[in-house]
Amino acid sequence: METKILKKVDLIFQESNVNEVIDIVTKTVTRSSDDIILDIIDSGLKGRGGAGFPTGLKWKFTKNEDSAVKYVICNADEGEPGTFKDREILDTVAPKVFGGMTICGYSIGAKEGYIYLRGEYNFLLPKLNKQLEEYNKLLKDNKIDFTIAIKSGSGAYICGEESALFESMEGKRGEPRNKPPYPTVAGYNSKPTVINNVETLVQITMICKMGPDKFKELGTKDSRGSKVFSVSGDTPQAGIHELELGMPLADFVEDFGDGDTKAVQVGGASGHCVPRKQFKDTIIGFEGIPTGGSMMIFNSSRSMYNVLHDYLEFFTEESCGQCTPCRVGCQQLLKGIESVKKGERKPAYLDELKKLANTMKISAKCGLGQSVANPFNSIVDNFKEEIIY
Amino acid sequence: MSNIKTLVQQLVEKHGKTRNSLMPVLQGIVKEERYLSEEAMLTVAEELDLSAADVYGSASFYTFLDTTPRGKNIVRICKTISCHMQGKDELIHAVENTLNIKVGETTHDKKFTLLTANCLGWCHKGPVMLVNDDVYPAITVQKAVEIIETLAKHTK
Ligand SMILES: Cc1cc2nc3c(=O)[nH]c(=O)nc-3n(C[C@H](O)[C@H](O)[C@H](O)COP(=O)(O)O)c2cc1C
Ligand code: SF4
Repeated sequence: METKILKKVDLIFQESNVNEVIDIVTKTVTRSSDDIILDIIDSGLKGRGGAGFPTGLKWKFTKNEDSAVKYVICNADEGEPGTFKDREILDTVAPKVFGGMTICGYSIGAKEGYIYLRGEYNFLLPKLNKQLEEYNKLLKDNKIDFTIAIKSGSGAYICGEESALFESMEGKRGEPRNKPPYPTVAGYNSKPTVINNVETLVQITMICKMGPDKFKELGTKDSRGSKVFSVSGDTPQAGIHELELGMPLADFVEDFGDGDTKAVQVGGASGHCVPRKQFKDTIIGFEGIPTGGSMMIFNSSRSMYNVLHDYLEFFTEESCGQCTPCRVGCQQLLKGIESVKKGERKPAYLDELKKLANTMKISAKCGLGQSVANPFNSIVDNFKEEIIY
Repeated sequence: MSNIKTLVQQLVEKHGKTRNSLMPVLQGIVKEERYLSEEAMLTVAEELDLSAADVYGSASFYTFLDTTPRGKNIVRICKTISCHMQGKDELIHAVENTLNIKVGETTHDKKFTLLTANCLGWCHKGPVMLVNDDVYPAITVQKAVEIIETLAKHTK
């Protein structure tokens, strides 16, 4: 493992205006699409939306599809509890997101880009639309055949899941599709589609600006670059912080905790709960716990039963209801911990519930149902007394 | 021609007569009417050449596309964990008392509907309240009551 000291950085929120981004874009598109994609692969950039798929490969697969129509979609549905970085990025440095989308469009051969913005962020629309109008015009002036438009969501967490997002854009219920086919083959309108997180697209613009080597200097071998973290909970520094990837959780808690940190939920409601005794051995990054950036800090005054109860309520409400393991499983997990708490069930019932969560992991249709076991098992295993008494 | 019909036709004109326009059209209606009436959904089905069941199926999936009558102002308070830790319960109680309704209800004068919401994306600045499209992060109980009272005066 590399032992360098990982630090705070300031790349993503570095000021940038539309003209500067257009400058980066016009320079980049003088190169061949293969060269650009090779640079992105070489940079080691992985998706910042949570799943961490290598961005360059995703682009390559989509480029290789033979289709006259392809799409670039920016996933700005940001619904994971504890995540609020994409809103800040779109509020402060949106042109960099547009730039990443345009470079993607050029690289894979797409002429249309869409930003799927969650309905909760509608207040950003007037400003974003104005910026887009200017940006689209500049693209045209520079003879770059690509336009970006915004589609709004309507309050459904599941629409952040890529195939549910396509369904929603097609005017349907936001119910995830079976995979394969993957979006690179059949995404929006069943055409080859690259879908990337807001932050991933900003990283593209930055990599094209400074070159992959500069980007690689940040982070560790498995987790290249920096990452925007959304820090909340019991911390004197709640807010948005850009850090190098690959940091031990202990260092993070040292910097951001309030001195009495009991647990950190890494990766939002669908992520993992790490108790104090594991801080030292936990790496924040793809070699440890990957995260879309949500870091919720809990101190010893908090009841982990309440935390788990909140998460399960969230999943029960946001499950699309399409497949039985998730629709019924979420409800039963919630009812289950309530009945153990009330003493209607013996503590050993928690083991039955864990079996249910593990069954959901292998049988649910999409990432929502599959990941409920993450918070459930990690909280039940590490804070059993708090769940029972 | 009824108002709804004109509105739907305008929206279809703007967004195009395709299935892909369904969401923007429904969102446009909700923006004006605050909810989707049966008449509105039937009109959309007709104008976009879809079955009414299809339109209702999509509409009923989304939290922000209400199919029951709502007040002129929709107040949503985030109830997810970070806001829970930062006092969303007190905020909800205060707003309930000010409006004299419970969560999920609409005031008699049809000016307000009070709802809770899942994570609104302001976990570092909770509790947070969304009134229609306007967001109020790190809001105090007192400020929330003021906002609602002011809005009540200005809503006809
Ligand atoms: C339930 C669920 C919700 C998701 N929500 C989001 C989201 O809000 N934003 C996002 O970028 N990715 C979200 N994802 C991941 C996307 O499906 C997809 O992997 C991602 O947008 C790809 O972009 P990236 O490779 O740049 O990370 C979600 C996945 C699941 C299963
Ligand atoms: S796992 Fe849950 S959210 Fe995903 S398809 Fe099944 S019911 Fe829907």
